[in-house]
Amino acid sequence: MTAPLLSIENLSIGFTGLNDQPVFIVRDVNLTLAAGETLGLVGESGCGKSSLLLAMMGYYKQGLGRLRGGIAYDGQDPGLVSPQQLQALRGGGMALIPQNAGQALTPTLRIKAQMVEVLRLHSDLAPGAWQARCLALFERVKLPDPEQMLNRYPHELSGGQQQRVAIAMALAGEPDLLLLDEPTTGLDVTTQVGVLALLQEICQDLNTAMVYVSHDIQVISQVCNQIAIMYAGEIVEMGPRADLLTQPVHPYTQGLLASIPRLNQQTLPHPIAGEMLQPVHRGSNVGCGYAGRCPLATDQCRATAPLAQPIADRWVKCHEVTAAMAGEFIRPAQKLLAANLGDRELLSVADLSIRYQAPTWLQSLRGQQPPAIVRAVSFGIQKGEIVGLVGESGSGKSTILKTIAGLQGSLSGRITLSGTDDLTGPVESRPRGSLRKVQLVFQNPDASLNPRKTIGEILRRPLELYFDLATGVMDQAVDALLQRVNLPESYKGRFPGQLSGGEKQRVAIARALAAKPELILCDEITSALDVSVQAAILKLLLDLRADSGVSLLFVSHDLAVVETLCDSVLVLEGGEVREAGLCAEVFKNPQHAYTQALLASVL
Amino acid sequence: MSSAVTILKGVTATRSGKIGVVLVGFHLLLALVAPWLVPYEFDAQTAVIDHAGPSLAHWAGLDTLGRDVLTRTLLGGREALLVTIFGTGLAVVWGSFFGVLAGYLGGRIDELIMRSVDIFLAIPWMIFLLLVIASFGNAPMVMILTLGFFYGIGVVRMARAATLEVVVKDYVLAAKARGERPLSIMMTEILPNVRDVLMVESAMRWSWMLLAFSALSFLGFGVTPPTPDWGLMIANSRIYLALAPWPVLMPMIALSSLIIGINLTADALAKSLGVDKTTRALV
Ligand code: SF4
Repeated sequence: MTAPLLSIENLSIGFTGLNDQPVFIVRDVNLTLAAGETLGLVGESGCGKSSLLLAMMGYYKQGLGRLRGGIAYDGQDPGLVSPQQLQALRGGGMALIPQNAGQALTPTLRIKAQMVEVLRLHSDLAPGAWQARCLALFERVKLPDPEQMLNRYPHELSGGQQQRVAIAMALAGEPDLLLLDEPTTGLDVTTQVGVLALLQEICQDLNTAMVYVSHDIQVISQVCNQIAIMYAGEIVEMGPRADLLTQPVHPYTQGLLASIPRLNQQTLPHPIAGEMLQPVHRGSNVGCGYAGRCPLATDQCRATAPLAQPIADRWVKCHEVTAAMAGEFIRPAQKLLAANLGDRELLSVADLSIRYQAPTWLQSLRGQQPPAIVRAVSFGIQKGEIVGLVGESGSGKSTILKTIAGLQGSLSGRITLSGTDDLTGPVESRPRGSLRKVQLVFQNPDASLNPRKTIGEILRRPLELYFDLATGVMDQAVDALLQRVNLPESYKGRFPGQLSGGEKQRVAIARALAAKPELILCDEITSALDVSVQAAILKLLLDLRADSGVSLLFVSHDLAVVETLCDSVLVLEGGEVREAGLCAEVFKNPQHAYTQALLASVL
Repeated sequence: MSSAVTILKGVTATRSGKIGVVLVGFHLLLALVAPWLVPYEFDAQTAVIDHAGPSLAHWAGLDTLGRDVLTRTLLGGREALLVTIFGTGLAVVWGSFFGVLAGYLGGRIDELIMRSVDIFLAIPWMIFLLLVIASFGNAPMVMILTLGFFYGIGVVRMARAATLEVVVKDYVLAAKARGERPLSIMMTEILPNVRDVLMVESAMRWSWMLLAFSALSFLGFGVTPPTPDWGLMIANSRIYLALAPWPVLMPMIALSSLIIGINLTADALAKSLGVDKTTRALV
């Protein structure tokens, strides 16, 4: 066997924390990569996958460093070579494609200037050949109209085009190894499919090796032949794609795969209990990093760290491999059809059009109108129904939600709740009674809870605002709310910063529940969470609906999530409804071309 | 109260922060107890030759008029501290009120407040200050009000900038959607989240105001003689610097150590609260 392109031995990355204890971000990682091989690193946020990727380039985020172990790229350790060699290595030997390519491009320079700069640094071409090379690269990454592209500024490109430019730049030095850090996260699904296909093609044609980091195992499985699952800084299972996807062994891999919502499934995604501990809280844990969440954990798991064991083509770090292979410990719940929804309409939206600003002075002078973001949208929500609003960015789905919540004015149309409450106007014009009935939960739980208030104070506020309760009753109500979203009562005294992402989102949901609403508006509320946590939130929402008959309007870009949760769905494109109907029907038998395209891009 | 303790702990976590807090604390304590400490009356003149150097009776020597320099230095910061502490407090209170208001409400009101701020910033404040003192005298109250007013103008800008960052956060939107009143949103959602910036800002402003006040005294507008004051002492004795350095050096050391102390504290405060000082608005 020839020498591997990249080999990592017993690598640990981290920093020295309080009391001189090492804090591990990445722990004892071993891997090798042959030329032309594609490896995907999958894991939840905070598992150390990005730090591992950057270490391969000899780069460590601020405050981090290599604690032990070695990296060899082509026989050289990027941590030990001279700065000049490292520079040559980074542009020529390996190249990084970051997540936000649009932000990595300089906004004030034309694309051409930026491409030329890369060629000057990382290729031996004579200046005269640069233009031709740029065009060739752009054709390689399938950018439309390469000549024109070169003369544009980054903001004139779409997100997908920017990402393609970044890939072209990475290819400029003809690297042997491409490092990709979530390169399609943030792109729309239909765009993502194209970029993934391109990456796959490049690796095959140019025989470039690739390490691809993502939280999304489905994305990884499109591009990579080898998959490594990371948890709490360690690779817990690694092997060929097909084996790993069809017969996962490690309890975490199994849990992860079971927690992903998929189209056309009869069962609900199965959550993994709890959440991954952040590095500083892992402390001097000597056992298996997953023991806190693992249904198979034994005393041995907590006492000693499992070593890698080979199983056929892969290896797994787990003490209980036999029990894990027997499966049986994950039993996903059956999807229940919505209980008789009845036909009592809760919300009706009629002919709603929305535009962002009023016409400016100049526009009104010319008799122009700024374009509407949402045009003539009508739909209804029954009592106890969960309605999904899907679409890509710019489809107006969140705008509709904000308008119903009264945070965004509308141009025309009518929104009524229970036939009596008029929700067409802004928040200020609504009586408190109808404000109470509609509550909003935001996408990012980090931003939706005031960091200076305790969880108790946050939950008490809506109670004070909408109900006249005695202090004792109020405290009980807060406890009941926490219980309802499966959080311990002791959380009352904590601040949001002390909670994990999923816990914060539970608090945000509890805050909405405090008002005893009839309709909860959910704006992508699971998309900032890890899948294993998302599954738990989806289950919570379904339980809440079953208990209290609350209706939900659920905005999401993820069709599988919508299919899992919702009774009916509206597909939006460019501010117009393309298709609407019961989930079961729309997803099985999409009529509109756009819906079909969306469904085809689901991985 | 507990948060005050946490903040103090954060500030004193670094060495420079510790030095800063000790210096400031020392000066505040001294200002409080100086009247009982000093060996002489501040205006008592000794019938010996002026500009006598340090001696056992007069540790820091005598000034032009034969007054004890140590006594005058110990007492010389009291009015400056009184005026600037209240002045800073006033500046921060009114400045953040209008700043948060402008940042939260936006639109016309924002425009009105910010353009007024621009107008006031265009006025050379030192000259304006001299005008006020000339017409209303230099009683501490007048000084507090004028300095507080002028230093609050910068606070308006800074508080507005900090508010603009907070106003777009989802928890503010959530409060709006709940139907909270604007005043309640400003008090409970915004103010606690701009508090850190405001605290760092007040510390910085305090040191600037102290310098400004001393400059005024130096020019002869701050305090009325024979009340002891550092700026005034430096002004009165500076022509004899070569002859008798003590009457100039003592107030200089006192003033600089206080300013350095405040700046070190402000830096440590900014660091421990995670406030990036470079993003603050100038002025
Ligand atoms: S070692 Fe134990 S705790 Fe860790 S994954 Fe295996 S069974 Fe679970």
